[in-house]
Amino acid sequence: MKTIAVSIVTPDGPVYENDVEMVSTRSITGDIGILPGHVPLITPLAIGAVRLKKGKDTDYVAVSGGFLEVQPHKVTILAQAAERAEDIDVDRAVRAKQRAEQRLRQQKQANIDFKRAEASLRRAINRLNVAKYAKVKNERKIQ
Amino acid sequence: MSSLLEIRKRIKSTEKTSQITKAMQMVSSAKLARAEMNAKAFVPYMEKIRQVVASVSQGVVDATHPLLEKRPVRRSCYIVITSDRGLAGPYNSNVLKKAYEDIQKRHPKNDGYGIIAIGRVGAEFFKKRKMNVIMEFIGIHDHPTFDEIQQITRPAVEMFVDQTFDELSIYHTHFISALNHEVREQKVLPLVPPKNEEKQIIYEFEPNPGDILDELLPQYAESLIFGSILSSKAAEHASRMTAMKNATDNALELIETLTLHYNRTRQEKITQEISEVIGGAQAIQG
Repeated sequence: MKTIAVSIVTPDGPVYENDVEMVSTRSITGDIGILPGHVPLITPLAIGAVRLKKGKDTDYVAVSGGFLEVQPHKVTILAQAAERAEDIDVDRAVRAKQRAEQRLRQQKQANIDFKRAEASLRRAINRLNVAKYAKVKNERKIQ
Repeated sequence: MSSLLEIRKRIKSTEKTSQITKAMQMVSSAKLARAEMNAKAFVPYMEKIRQVVASVSQGVVDATHPLLEKRPVRRSCYIVITSDRGLAGPYNSNVLKKAYEDIQKRHPKNDGYGIIAIGRVGAEFFKKRKMNVIMEFIGIHDHPTFDEIQQITRPAVEMFVDQTFDELSIYHTHFISALNHEVREQKVLPLVPPKNEEKQIIYEFEPNPGDILDELLPQYAESLIFGSILSSKAAEHASRMTAMKNATDNALELIETLTLHYNRTRQEKITQEISEVIGGAQAIQG
């Protein structure tokens, strides 16, 4: 199988570097999958998971927005925050989710804060969703 | 001539000071290593985002965006980055001096500008001089995350968009090496899109370049500010480390001089006592 180099970089450092067979994620216009040899492309990403497939293995990385840049031999994801499924602190994500929910209940009037709380709720839910994949993967390894 | 006891007290207290400065030096050098690492970790992101901004803005012929808009400047905003605590040698005074002089020159009537002060030293400096500090941020971590810095960058970018300000510059200390840093003024807004020098790849933009710029440019502006904060933090720790090293060296030198002085005084005293005893003995014999 042909592979393509992928790197996920954030302001706090690179999160993921690997050669994979397929990258699939969600952009603001919908789900997209990138295979080696894709045309050069730049698109903003939605808050979601990036799936990186190589052989039988699939890695999951949670990204909160950012950009996807595709060059013929390299895919770069620029995200303000990204975490590999294995590195997600589930307790912290649960707490962030509760905080965001609470703020949403309190501040229905203030528009900007409402948007911000909504975004952080979405990020927290996304992290929790992606963290689930890490568990499945670990359990499989144990069996 | 100070007495033996006094000299000994001074030696003791200087020793204690040197212990403290030595400890502070070691703390700073550990923090510097971390800060340097953070600054390095940020480089790939910054380079990539610069490249993407260049690609997008060159791909669009008529790139218009609120953050690119050059307006006649009525009000300017200055972000000045200092530390929360002193004892960092000339770190704070250098950046404050440059910012203060420039603002005085450009705004002789003390109006038409606003200062966003990062760090307690800067905030107090400008408030004492009755300058217009619109926001102050104190207690930024030694190793800030992008998430944390967004509380500064977001409102700064928003104020430019809603035309509270027509330009934004940052005064920060650029970290070159542990011994070498310089104060820089960096214009951030309106953004000047960087140019790619390598050969250009023709990208497809999804959904369209305009929407991408909407997302990309605020992030780019925030990244520029974040980068200068990281650089300043590294410079702060380096500066404090050097200052504390000098202080320790001075203290050790002082201890040496004092010890010499102490020994001389002690010897003189003994010699004098002996000659007194001999003198007394001779007087009795004679």
